[in-house]
Amino acid sequence: METLNEWAFVGVFFAIAWVFPALPIIGAWLVRPKKPNALKKQTYESGVETVGDTWVQFRVQYYIYGLVFLIFDVEMIFLFPWAVAYERLDWFAYGAGFLFIFLLTDALIYAWRKRALEWV
Amino acid sequence: MTTCVDIINTLSPCLVRAGWNADVANLLSLLLGVVIVATVPLLTVILLIWIERKFAARIQDRIGPNRVGPYGLLQSLADALKMLTKEDITPSGADRILFNLAPIITFATVVLIWAIIPFTPLHIGADLSIGILYFVAVGSIGAVKVMIGGWSSNNKYALLGAFRTIALIVSYEVPMILALLVPVLMAGSMGMQDLTRAQGGMWFIVMSPLAAIIFFVANLAETGRSPFDLLEAESELIAGYNIEYSGFKFGMFMAGEFMHVFTVAVLTAVLFLGGWWGPFVDQLPALGFIWLGLKTAVVYLFMLLIRNTVPRFRIDQVMNINWKFMVPLSIVLILVQSFLLRLIDALGLRPAPEMANDLLANLPQTLVLLAGNLVLGAIFMHLLQRHGRTLREADEALAVVKGEAAPSGGLAEA
Repeated sequence: METLNEWAFVGVFFAIAWVFPALPIIGAWLVRPKKPNALKKQTYESGVETVGDTWVQFRVQYYIYGLVFLIFDVEMIFLFPWAVAYERLDWFAYGAGFLFIFLLTDALIYAWRKRALEWV
Repeated sequence: MTTCVDIINTLSPCLVRAGWNADVANLLSLLLGVVIVATVPLLTVILLIWIERKFAARIQDRIGPNRVGPYGLLQSLADALKMLTKEDITPSGADRILFNLAPIITFATVVLIWAIIPFTPLHIGADLSIGILYFVAVGSIGAVKVMIGGWSSNNKYALLGAFRTIALIVSYEVPMILALLVPVLMAGSMGMQDLTRAQGGMWFIVMSPLAAIIFFVANLAETGRSPFDLLEAESELIAGYNIEYSGFKFGMFMAGEFMHVFTVAVLTAVLFLGGWWGPFVDQLPALGFIWLGLKTAVVYLFMLLIRNTVPRFRIDQVMNINWKFMVPLSIVLILVQSFLLRLIDALGLRPAPEMANDLLANLPQTLVLLAGNLVLGAIFMHLLQRHGRTLREADEALAVVKGEAAPSGGLAEA
């Protein structure tokens, strides 16, 4: 019951947290001047007119970083239960955790050797 | 009619005793708690912006805001009023819904972290059993908001800035989460109150300084503060992902950033500096609020000092520092720390549960952990130094071949 109340708190928090930033923006919308024109609404590029489409293809490097991040992020989440139960683990479970971290290191070394971590 | 004195914790049972419906009373106390917890950072941030501007001004040999109110204290309010009356331009071709959503997400996600901050032994928003995981989850929405803001603006510079920022935030999340594993290992829990209570005998920053440093530096990068403020590289990207924002939406981005820095300071204080622990906190739990505030102020001022004195890194340097130094270091740190904890258990150095809050009883295990951390840190610093020397010598050799003088600042790649 107590824990359920904690989660109810988080739920109410999620609902209310949006109100705090939304209120001033709505307030500003009520009082601020609204006189847009085509020149004002131009994309700002230090005075140069925009050429071509904005939503261009991006460099593959970002994708590789994303992949490396994904590997680590997902695997690290699995380490948290291991860390929480750490004091009660026997040597086998302890070694299993070590093995898991070594696999993680292996992924890092592989990415490193393959030059996936170079910013080109 | 009973009077409800300690309203924050006992409002609901008190109202029920006064004859209210139990559900209504519960909801009312929940709402009140949420508003109180969320207002603390909101009010503090108004003061913090003033402190930050004064601090930066002093370092740059200026006076800083001094016109509005005594010592310029009301400057933030004046700024807010100004932003309220500024015209807000949505560029043509922008994705209107996402464009308006991004500043709101920015601010809301930072506020959400405050739900799990333990202010005193008794006062905490929600003492979730997975507090750390909650922080990681809510914190990662930060990357989403950058992408939404940059993508929806229909501006190339904004998009480029967003890409860079995402690469940076996402990369530094890895050592940050790995560093968070260390307190969890030592406390055996992910709940924020448990993590704080476990520091009764000794703060975690003494038991694992490396984890504290990694967490701190990774969070500096997450908040986008100098030396990691590539997202607002003025000359290359004009301003980064929020270039097209004006008026109060821009203000929300700024306020969100200030609050993020403050939140990081609080989290560092809670996780590594003992949170609300301090003298007499056993007798008077409300004192914890003051101790936490003091520790937070120290961390916060330290962050301001770094922001105003350290020059900006290049993007490839930032990435190299993270993936080739901090990630390997934090992985090895977890291995060493967990091994040392096993060793301490095997040697019987861990204090008995009833002595857990005693400083002397904690000393033996602290010394073992501290020694392990220092040795590990020394090894990694030595490796870094050697690598730097190799690079410098290669640079100099190249310069000799080209017939030029050796470059003075040899830190081409760090």
